[in-house]
Amino acid sequence: MNPINSITPATPLTARQRWSAGRLLAWTLLIGMLLVTLAPLWMVIKTGLLHPHALYAESTTLWPAEPTLLNVKKVLGLMSTDEALALGGSGAQIDFLRALGNSLLFTGIIVTLQTISAAMSAYAFARLRFPGRQTLFALFVASMMVPGVVIFIPNFILIKELGWLNSMAGMVAPFCLMQGFSVFFLRQFFLSIPHDLEEAAILDGASRAYIFWRIVLPLSLTPLATIATLTGINMWNEFFWPYLVAKDPAQQVLPVALQSFKSQTPQGQPDWTGLMAATAITLLPTILLLLAFGRRVVESVQFSGGK
Amino acid sequence: MSSSTPAQTRPAPSRVLSHWLSGRGAEALTGWLMVLPALIGFLLFYALPTLRAVEISFTDWNLLREPQFVGWDNYVRLWADDKFWNGMKLSGYYVLLNIPLQTALGLFLAVAMDRLTRSLFVKSVVLLPYLMSNVLVAMVWLWMLDPILGLVNHHIAALGLERMPFFGGVDQAMLTVAGVNIWRHMGLVAMLFLAGMQNIPRHLYEAAALEGASEWQMFRRVTLPLLRPVMVFVLVTSVTGSFQIFDTIAVTTNGGPLDSTRVIVHYIVQNAFSFYKMGYASAMSMVLCLVMLGYTVIQMRIMRANENDLA
Repeated sequence: MNPINSITPATPLTARQRWSAGRLLAWTLLIGMLLVTLAPLWMVIKTGLLHPHALYAESTTLWPAEPTLLNVKKVLGLMSTDEALALGGSGAQIDFLRALGNSLLFTGIIVTLQTISAAMSAYAFARLRFPGRQTLFALFVASMMVPGVVIFIPNFILIKELGWLNSMAGMVAPFCLMQGFSVFFLRQFFLSIPHDLEEAAILDGASRAYIFWRIVLPLSLTPLATIATLTGINMWNEFFWPYLVAKDPAQQVLPVALQSFKSQTPQGQPDWTGLMAATAITLLPTILLLLAFGRRVVESVQFSGGK
Repeated sequence: MSSSTPAQTRPAPSRVLSHWLSGRGAEALTGWLMVLPALIGFLLFYALPTLRAVEISFTDWNLLREPQFVGWDNYVRLWADDKFWNGMKLSGYYVLLNIPLQTALGLFLAVAMDRLTRSLFVKSVVLLPYLMSNVLVAMVWLWMLDPILGLVNHHIAALGLERMPFFGGVDQAMLTVAGVNIWRHMGLVAMLFLAGMQNIPRHLYEAAALEGASEWQMFRRVTLPLLRPVMVFVLVTSVTGSFQIFDTIAVTTNGGPLDSTRVIVHYIVQNAFSFYKMGYASAMSMVLCLVMLGYTVIQMRIMRANENDLA
């Protein structure tokens, strides 16, 4: 806990040390920041549960007087258009299940391919001697510095030339084989594995490929999970590229679907309860992820600071 | 993939080739094969596009006709384009609004967590906004900051003050976007700093405490100097990232009102995909890239990024 107190760990903390004015102030500020984070999210969920006609009366209350799932049904397209229009709003829908499926596929393909590809090249850079190794690794690391704003136009043109606009292939292509940070991070890890195991296997006549798949990868599950988690978070939230190449409703991933749902609602009189229901539904997978794998996610993000 | 055997035995001169194939040659071949998928990705989506972007920036191209070589025309034009400079200025202004507060709040959160709690719940809540997409975050704050129904304006009005337009105000929109992104990113910054702090040897704090140092002195003399490598990383990535702000603006203000949030990347995207001026947009992105590269080099120099005071 507090490093100052760890000088004499056997002595229990005095009340003054535990609740000095400074600590009290720090706790107050910390709790304040947590509230600033959580309160807006609660307001979103609460508004999504309001009946559209109750919006004006209850827009700033903290609890819906009569919570309803009407908006959720409307947004998911589970009620007829007439019913939806009768409730007010634009009648716009978000094909949530399809967008969720697209997002899962988009993220899943990239995480799988990119992690495998990065692990393979990272191992080669860490252990195998081949001509051009140093130069190539330097180039891979340098690719991290290329800003997205420089390459999105040529990449868009390439995808267009390939006829991959509005397709999953076009969405995943630029991400799925190469990510400089993943290669760099995994190479650092492979360098830290003792040589002994691999040398023993080589003496037994094992091939490098066998060693990689059967010895090195099983030892590397933690860093692989870290890289997969980081890639997964980034891709789940990626908006810019899918927004450029796949605006077609059938291909939209969640952030693009939410943006297009929002842009369909009239400017002057947005369908707030519908919008907030859509927002809350989109938030759900992230919260579930944190509940299920909180520690893994937190630690992975901390690793992205680079070692 | 091929197999290799270690060069345990000396080869007979007549078997040099087969030795090469089973020894170092096989290793080289395996190496290249293992690098191949990433190399393809690197060439197709990083290296060639970078070169192609340079090439496109010297053309006039609307994607319908063949590109026309126009020399330095695009660069000459952007030099005289007020909207380009306005975009650069707005992005710079955004960075200045965003980074100091975001870094300071992140640092505070990190110190507070380091000293007060190891709770996974606290860490998860701190990180939650970063795990949400920019679009989602934008939706949350469009609602919170709505002039009529939003909670924030409700409280402002309750205090007897005038309701604020936030995203809709020419002089407020940029500040609002910056505030929203500080909300999203301060937790990430905090987690990165916290990871750095946990690498600082505890005995340094014990020694400082024995000398009678206050919390503030320990922060100032121990924590902050030893966080320098993390600080460089956070500053370089967040400044170059912030300079490319786009998503939040695309969802909330779309460059308005009256171009007050038409940041440079928004202007570039507008030129490329609304006006179909691929050449001009590429030229602008080249200039932007050079500016960020210059910043990165200077920042690394100033903060001696490659040295570590713990080593």
